[in-house]
Amino acid sequence: MAVFPDAMPVQGLIGGLLIGLSAAIMLVFNGRVAGCSGMFARAVGLAKGGAPGSVAVAFTVGLPIGAAIVMALVGVNSHFRTSWGMLALAGLLVGLGTRLGSGCTSGHGVVGMARLSPRSIAATMTFMATGIATVALLRLIGWNA
Amino acid sequence: MMRQAIVALASGVLFGMGLALSGMTDPVRVRAFLDVTGAWDPTLAFVMWGALLPMGFAWMIVRRRTRPVVAEAFHLPATSPIDARLISGAALFGTGWGLAGLCPGPALAALAIAPGPALVFVLFMMIGFGLFRLLPTAR
Repeated sequence: MAVFPDAMPVQGLIGGLLIGLSAAIMLVFNGRVAGCSGMFARAVGLAKGGAPGSVAVAFTVGLPIGAAIVMALVGVNSHFRTSWGMLALAGLLVGLGTRLGSGCTSGHGVVGMARLSPRSIAATMTFMATGIATVALLRLIGWNA
Repeated sequence: MMRQAIVALASGVLFGMGLALSGMTDPVRVRAFLDVTGAWDPTLAFVMWGALLPMGFAWMIVRRRTRPVVAEAFHLPATSPIDARLISGAALFGTGWGLAGLCPGPALAALAIAPGPALVFVLFMMIGFGLFRLLPTAR
């Protein structure tokens, strides 16, 4: 794609299909939403209710294992340039926001959107909007960390 | 319970593979998707549409089943109402997502790719979970 030189539409679609398959397996076999924020909060004992602890821990541990497999097989191109202070602030907002909003890009953005859940559609539109606004604001003030 | 944990592990591994393969563990690429006023990178949209396809079929299967394959019952979240708590939470989450280019799944997967920065983000995400529990709305 010459218009978007950095885009990876094929890898994006294949990776997306794997993510959707993963969430489909969790739902059809375990009857649970594969939401990364909820599963992680449950895994570290910081959420009441939700999936059984063993399910949450197994799913959470699987995430870096899957990434490590891809890294070993085909390599992963990632750029971590954000300062640790900014990572800390962002992590705090993501942690608080995903509990308050009952989900993140996976639970709302993939599982809930596929269900056409009004709550998930509203949440996804909201976090996309504030994400876009935040990046635009950072660009406006010339912040590049 | 053992079978459920094995399913969850397989699901997590597949999820992590999908994230890494699609470039979603790269904060620069994710921020480029959100950067509509800059050099926009549509990759994340392909990932989302790719993921919605199998999930759409999964919801069709769920509607025809009375229980999941290896568990007693479906545990499905409510689809309404759209309240202030949902919107304010999503707004805060989106702000953090834009600041770092990381959301929970990719941050956890990135522990295998860039352990230092990913761990900082993940630890503060846990502090955020803890902060939520101090709020009067948390029950």
